[in-house]
Amino acid sequence: MKKVVIIGYGPAGVTAAIYLKRAGIEPLVIGKDLGALNDYSDLVENYYGLNEPIEGKKLIQQGVNQAKRLGIQIITDSVISLQQSESGFVLKTKHHTYEAESVLLATGKTRQTVNIPGFDKFRGKGISMCATCDGYFYRRKKLAIIGCGAYMQHELEYLNRISNDVTVFAQGNALEHKVQNPVVMDHILSFKGEDKISHIITDKGEYAVDGVFIAVGVPSSIDFASQLGVIVEKNNIAVDKNYQTNIEGLFAAGDIIGGKLQISKSVYDGMQVADSIYLYLKNKSKKA
Amino acid sequence: MVLQLTTENFDKEVLKSDIPVLVDFWATWCSPCLRLVPILEELDKEVGGLAKVGKLDVDAEYEIADQFGIMSIPTIVVFKNGKVHQSIIGVQSKATLRKLLEV
Repeated sequence: MKKVVIIGYGPAGVTAAIYLKRAGIEPLVIGKDLGALNDYSDLVENYYGLNEPIEGKKLIQQGVNQAKRLGIQIITDSVISLQQSESGFVLKTKHHTYEAESVLLATGKTRQTVNIPGFDKFRGKGISMCATCDGYFYRRKKLAIIGCGAYMQHELEYLNRISNDVTVFAQGNALEHKVQNPVVMDHILSFKGEDKISHIITDKGEYAVDGVFIAVGVPSSIDFASQLGVIVEKNNIAVDKNYQTNIEGLFAAGDIIGGKLQISKSVYDGMQVADSIYLYLKNKSKKA
Repeated sequence: MVLQLTTENFDKEVLKSDIPVLVDFWATWCSPCLRLVPILEELDKEVGGLAKVGKLDVDAEYEIADQFGIMSIPTIVVFKNGKVHQSIIGVQSKATLRKLLEV
């Protein structure tokens, strides 16, 4: 059981890890990639202490190196599910399962959104982002799941239990792992229906469906949040003054909680949330 | 008190209500839904008299859930004068729910 797992190794996640480590807590940091700054084409020059402008991804990489040098456990992997357990949280990555007393969401906002016409219209009317939440309404129905990676696989396992008619739409991408289900490689052009979804329209034809589940790429913090019942407002995770969400032990910091999308602000968040997590763990062990 | 809505009392408590009613469509197995419980209780205390707050178990009262095309939970629907006024999917803050009620 880890004391704290930090998801994301950008400015907020790494800063929190550094302050926690200094406070005597060993965090585990799991990051997927270099985040929003990876694709930031301009140089960063408005951050304190820079000798000269620096590439965004270089700055993030330096942060990761800094954490490693300080002896912080930091790994590159994708978290595909986050659930609550009796003693805290269970995180599944592509390769491992971890248990943690507390979790910090610091994933930033590089979210792969679904940009297919009809998505907004049929969200909640046949399109679902959460198999375990909405699966009940689709028992024994004709289902589609969109995605090609470990996250899709995870959601598909659940859907296969409630229906024996689930087709995978891989949007032309190779599947990371083979599946037993039928796979459609066409590109999806739109979703069609009246009051609720009835068809997926692709470049090669039409497919009748009762329900479509989205599991593209890796789940974002917002996806985890909705599956756990965290309050999300205007695509930001809502936190209190201690950076805690409405779920005890689940914290969030950085771009994902809104405010200025700036490195300085994320670093500040990271420092503050480290204090809150430290106090949370201390109080928890007192009670136990 | 948050109203427990059923097929029997839905007409009287919601559709024939003189004041707005916020209905949470939920189920016992839906873990995010459980997060709404304390929020609904607080909201209920806050809007008492101005609006009603109720919850409907989509498992037990599936006829009503079907009637309103509920396919994702939690779905929160505000009824005014017997009609759907507006709705939202997912766990929301008390402030957001209060805004939906417009009271």
